[in-house]
Amino acid sequence: MHELSIVSSIVDTVTESVAAYPGARVKEVRLRVGALASVIEESLQFCYGIATEDTPLAGSALVVRILPVILHCEPCGMDVELEGVQSFRCPRCDEPSYDLRQGRELEIDSIEIEEGE
Amino acid sequence: MTTRIVELRRGILKKNDELAAGLRERYGAAGLLVLNLVSSPGTGKTAFLERTLRELLARGSRAAALVGDLETDNDARRLAASGAPVRQINTHGICHLDAEMIAKHLEGWELGTLDYLFIENVGNLVCPSSYDLGEKIRVALLSVTEGEDKPLKYPTLFNSADAAVITKMDIAEPCGFDRAEALKNINEIRPGIRIFETSAKTGAGMDAWLDYLVEERARRG
Repeated sequence: MHELSIVSSIVDTVTESVAAYPGARVKEVRLRVGALASVIEESLQFCYGIATEDTPLAGSALVVRILPVILHCEPCGMDVELEGVQSFRCPRCDEPSYDLRQGRELEIDSIEIEEGE
Repeated sequence: MTTRIVELRRGILKKNDELAAGLRERYGAAGLLVLNLVSSPGTGKTAFLERTLRELLARGSRAAALVGDLETDNDARRLAASGAPVRQINTHGICHLDAEMIAKHLEGWELGTLDYLFIENVGNLVCPSSYDLGEKIRVALLSVTEGEDKPLKYPTLFNSADAAVITKMDIAEPCGFDRAEALKNINEIRPGIRIFETSAKTGAGMDAWLDYLVEERARRG
């Protein structure tokens, strides 16, 4: 259950970023989360409601985009997308690969704000 | 009223990652090999580490440990019996160690006087995988009592590990441990990983593990 510390860190970063837009209200916070990031969206959403109270993020929506794992397959000479996280093999040629190109992301992509007059 | 999209593209754990990068530099400059040991509670991390510390010290190496638990200093006291310098980190409810806790607990230690530093993480197979502690080697541990499919259930940790250790091999047989299945599952999640089959009780497999530590320190430290 480290979702609460993750959400607190989101609140800090977003609060810092909206300080540049006085009077702005945060409508939406968009995350990019890799399939291997070991973060559960339900827990994030649950913590988000609590952790954003009395902050500039209060009432905003949290949108989580899950990114699939992408491996580089040497024999195929290309990046391939995995359907799950149960086997790290190229879905084309079945060769195992540990050359991870996507899947561990845990980042704030963007925020949507509403500015006053 | 106008709506605006502000691109941030910022790592949520950026603060931890930056601190960890600073630690990694410090470890490197001191010629110190740092390992982060992660497993479920009850895998036998402490017994394994106790034996590792004792044997490293007997070989003339200088090793130290930081050990994380929610509460108590029981593990630090156990590990200190090996003769190595040990410090306990109590997280008071937090389910993982982070780089800030490590930096704080390293204060006052002269890193240049050490060869190896082991960080025994809080017993948890989920949360510690998100937090870089600046280690060179992340070790995922699994005991023969836990079920051969653990790597499939917790792919994040096993996938991010640099080495895997199977503990309690001395009771593998009565536990009905399917060794081939366990090795296959670890390899399925983290192809090519080094796997050590050990028993802290009998000492089986410890030599291969200690040789690996020496090689890694020479190669990367």
